[in-house]
Amino acid sequence: MAAPLTGVLRQSGSLFALALDVLRALPRRPFQVKEFIQQSWFIASVTILPTALVSIPFGAVIALQLGTLTRQLGAQSYTGAASVLAVLREASPIVTALLIAGAGGSAICADLGSRKIREEIDAMEVLGISPIHRLVVPRVLASMLVAVLLNGLVSVVGVVGGYVFNVIVQGGTPGAYIASFTALAQLPDLWTAEIKALIFGAIAAIVAAYKGLGAGGGPKGVGDAVNQSVVITFMLLFVVNFVITAVYFQVVPQKI
Amino acid sequence: MGVEIAVTGLTKTFGSQTIWRDVTLTLPAGEISVMLGPSGTGKSVFLKTLVGLLKPDRGSIVIDGKDLTRLREHDLYEVRKLFGVLFQDGALFGSMTLFDNVAFPLREHTKKTEAEIARIVHEKMELVGLEGAEKKLPGEISGGMRKRAGLARALVLDPEILLIDEPDSGLDPVRTSYINQLFVDLNAQIEATFLIVTHDINTARTVPDNIGLLYHRHLAMFGPREMLLSSEEPVVRQFLNAQTIGPIGMSEEKDADELAAESGRELPPLPPIPPQLGTSDGRPRRGERPAGEWCREHGVTPPPGSFQTAGALTPPRQTEYAAELATAAAPGPAGGPVGAVGEVD
Repeated sequence: MAAPLTGVLRQSGSLFALALDVLRALPRRPFQVKEFIQQSWFIASVTILPTALVSIPFGAVIALQLGTLTRQLGAQSYTGAASVLAVLREASPIVTALLIAGAGGSAICADLGSRKIREEIDAMEVLGISPIHRLVVPRVLASMLVAVLLNGLVSVVGVVGGYVFNVIVQGGTPGAYIASFTALAQLPDLWTAEIKALIFGAIAAIVAAYKGLGAGGGPKGVGDAVNQSVVITFMLLFVVNFVITAVYFQVVPQKI
Repeated sequence: MGVEIAVTGLTKTFGSQTIWRDVTLTLPAGEISVMLGPSGTGKSVFLKTLVGLLKPDRGSIVIDGKDLTRLREHDLYEVRKLFGVLFQDGALFGSMTLFDNVAFPLREHTKKTEAEIARIVHEKMELVGLEGAEKKLPGEISGGMRKRAGLARALVLDPEILLIDEPDSGLDPVRTSYINQLFVDLNAQIEATFLIVTHDINTARTVPDNIGLLYHRHLAMFGPREMLLSSEEPVVRQFLNAQTIGPIGMSEEKDADELAAESGRELPPLPPIPPQLGTSDGRPRRGERPAGEWCREHGVTPPPGSFQTAGALTPPRQTEYAAELATAAAPGPAGGPVGAVGEVD
């Protein structure tokens, strides 16, 4: 009975310990600029296309639901407002989270895991170099940067997708859609979404690094680590998303 | 000049499983020691504990007056600069060329200019017989070359202690002999303390000054080579002579029935102790002791035929042999049919 519980506690403890180590290694010089740029480019290259492709139908689905709903309620003039709100507040951070964890995090975990089982990580430590400072910190920062940029991309593509879908497919009025753009949404919505993305990026990279550096038992161990890192990241991201949203509604006054 | 490593009462467990307990030994400064043991007895775990990659449950590892098990992370990184470690597959960084791999510790820890770095890297690459392969990536070369490149990287900061994990795994007997000869020559040259972890009997019988044997979750014996090779202790005798009769079974130790069934059978006589592998230029090493000295001092009669060079290719003969081949096969490749340098993959 106690064994699984202590196992879970130990895992979460080590995860937080790694997060603290990353924080402590953050200001250490020299900063690994080259590794950071390479990793940013790498994570961006594996996430940009899937993100864009996912956000178009995502924006369209929201427009479809809201188009029907607003007509039933007799509030067609608010279609644009609601659609922007939904994409900006929830859809874009969630899509970013899924892609950062699924594409970026799994790639980081696989990379670090295979280095671990090839004993490269051990060799690095023996050579007196901290793998956290050298490998993990640049990856965490790269993942955060790319998450923030991706969030912007999803917002734009999602809103444009919703507009195109509403106006062309559902026969909405372009003027009404655009005019109500800022009826409900406000600037803090965008800031909150970007902060969410920043935190999601950090969580995804830290979990991926934790699982990757803990990989063992040959190539199968790396596969298991990648699998677990994606599942754990998803669970954490949805919980964190809820918490941030709850805090947001308490802190930021709403329009109307 | 080599540093002594004093290990006292070291115990390591993973969860409820004890890997080994109460391991106490001293690796003498500047000497070559071999740690032997059946597969799965935690030899590699022992090696990783010595560098502080794994934390032991109890016990101490004292190097240069500092207890490695109690050091803070930062001080541990400092002490690790004394170490060179050669991992099983070389553990090279896959994204860097061999040159960058070997240069890596220099670029990280010293303020040397690129020209100086290049000079040192070439020197070490030449030492392990890899000159000309600097531009290659680790994925493009054979296992033996990866090991030697890993060795070059381990040597680049002039370590006081060299730990070597299974140098013979995945190598053919010829390459194993070459790499063993390389270790002996290196030891003569840099006088570091060597610890080789292996289960290759031939390496263990001919290379080291000291042998240790890990068996059944404890250190069965540690001492001078001649002491273990002339030992009548059942476990040591069975393992060092690769026999089936004795307490070690296929999976772990044998049960009482199996041992009882063997009790009537006579143990085969101890084979002669082979002469120790010397340096290739015949220069004596600092840790080397004259053949048979330990046996004489302790009143042990070595098995008949010990310390005789007949049969085996001992260093002076090996060089002669290579010279003969070189003249016979001229203008072919010098240094024997399988040159350490001429290896391609």
